[in-house]
Amino acid sequence: MSLLEVVNLCQRYGERDILKNINLKVERGEVFALIGPTGAGKTTLLRLLDLIDTPTAGKIYFNGADATKSGRERLEMRRRMAFILQKPVVFNMSVYDNIAYGLKWRGIKENNIRQKVGNILDTVGLSADKDRNARTLSGGEVQRVAIARAVATEPEVLILDESTANLDPVSAAKIEELIRGIIQQHATTIIMATHDMAQGQRLADRIGVLIDGEFRQTGSPSDIFTSPRNKEVAEFIGIENILDGVITSSEDKVVIIDIGGKVIEAISDYAAGEAVSACIRPEDITVSLSKIASSARNSFSARVIRTVAMGSLSRVEIDCGFPLVCLVTKKSADELNLVKDKPVYATFKATGVHVIKR
Amino acid sequence: MTEIWQGLIKAIQLIVSLDPEVMEIAGRSLIISVASCLLASVFCLPLGGLIHFQRFPGKRTLISLIQTFYSIPTVVVGLLVFVLLSRAGPLGGLNLLYTPAAMIFGQMVLVVPILLGLTVSALSSVDKAIPDTARSLGASSLQIAVVVLKEARFAVMAAIILAFGRAISEVGLALMVGGNIRGFTRVMTTAISLETAKGDLELSLALGIILILIALIINIILNRIQQR
Repeated sequence: MSLLEVVNLCQRYGERDILKNINLKVERGEVFALIGPTGAGKTTLLRLLDLIDTPTAGKIYFNGADATKSGRERLEMRRRMAFILQKPVVFNMSVYDNIAYGLKWRGIKENNIRQKVGNILDTVGLSADKDRNARTLSGGEVQRVAIARAVATEPEVLILDESTANLDPVSAAKIEELIRGIIQQHATTIIMATHDMAQGQRLADRIGVLIDGEFRQTGSPSDIFTSPRNKEVAEFIGIENILDGVITSSEDKVVIIDIGGKVIEAISDYAAGEAVSACIRPEDITVSLSKIASSARNSFSARVIRTVAMGSLSRVEIDCGFPLVCLVTKKSADELNLVKDKPVYATFKATGVHVIKR
Repeated sequence: MTEIWQGLIKAIQLIVSLDPEVMEIAGRSLIISVASCLLASVFCLPLGGLIHFQRFPGKRTLISLIQTFYSIPTVVVGLLVFVLLSRAGPLGGLNLLYTPAAMIFGQMVLVVPILLGLTVSALSSVDKAIPDTARSLGASSLQIAVVVLKEARFAVMAAIILAFGRAISEVGLALMVGGNIRGFTRVMTTAISLETAKGDLELSLALGIILILIALIINIILNRIQQR
């Protein structure tokens, strides 16, 4: 039995369908990441899962029991979960009282609370601030109080909504470390929303891609990142080169795709005549000044359109009859002197092309 | 002009020497107004919470109606309470007319709209994420209401103090249902109006100064609360 099961869940506000027929199973101890663009319905789904809101239609089962009923049972179920809002707010009281509140509501004895809160304060590194009014804390500290407050209740399911989205990189890294620690120490079931795909990859056992209120793909992080099922997912997970074309021939899974006159070789099960999109990761393309001898099946002469430095990498846009975006190290971009209109060669393997049906 | 100055000096002497009559009248005023505000708060706070937390048809209209009565003339409330408590009225049997109890009751009626309206607006000014957070941490509906009320505590206190300000400074109602009976229902405002009419400026001025001091203290407390 799954710890949490969602069946045909729908949520609509007025005329708008926020969630359409969501089906999901989350197993005990699993870390499930919900990724998707802003407005996809991530927060709406999380609020339903935490039983804060009630769905327009569909069922949620917690540990096999119907959680869509109201009343005492629902409260008891909610008390076995904890939800950290995207922009957490703290109660206008001390850091200690903020963390102790959830325990007080559960009727836990005072000395028990003191011990638990003390431990958590140590874990999140806020022991020195326990008597401070929580309203005076910084954004990162507030996020830590919110996590501490939720974890203190020892939830079976911890739900996190974009917990690092509004933080500077250093605070975000600290929070992520904290979440990783919780995953390792408590084996808590975690459902987290993020629009940071890399974070999903780092933390999750399984990822669901939510776009426009629907799951477009659910699978292991490597599945989703190497084989997006459709163009929207491919776009969302950051595959910048998505070229539309038609398969002209197929032999032993090696297909030739016609992209507006140019041809690309790729590996795919699709047959000739199929309209497809070829996805090529920018980091899988080699840029060179002369044609390189290699086993790579695809090599095109091209012209540099633009080069933009991005930290230690450079993003190079080239035109080889169709536009391509490539990522090279800043160092090689400098060495190759990739200025506008410079003639270059772009090379990538047939296995580096992921083919999806249009 | 000299007469006024002399009156003022004598008034200050009355206050500084803790003149028994001045103190008695001021004390009665305070007791009646504090009692009316506290009693009104006892049911206005939960009722305000109920209005804020429950969804029902006509909620907006009800709140507008409550706000309309913020500035209801005190004499109108006085009339209403008088009719209620007069011998022929529905509560006439209680024999409350011209007693401090009638004044407390009248002032309660007077401040209920302010207390109720400001409590509702204090609760609705609390960040919507607060009840959500409480719910997500396992609070029951009642526990959520307590959290929101706690978050709004300073605004609610300000509401109570404003209500007290309105109660202690009104005169029409106290005169109509209290009757300004010396040593029994005479309060600062009714005393001032009577003594001024009689030409006893000293006592009026002394009580006026005390009223202004009370207003000043209320303002200081309000400012302190709002700075939190």
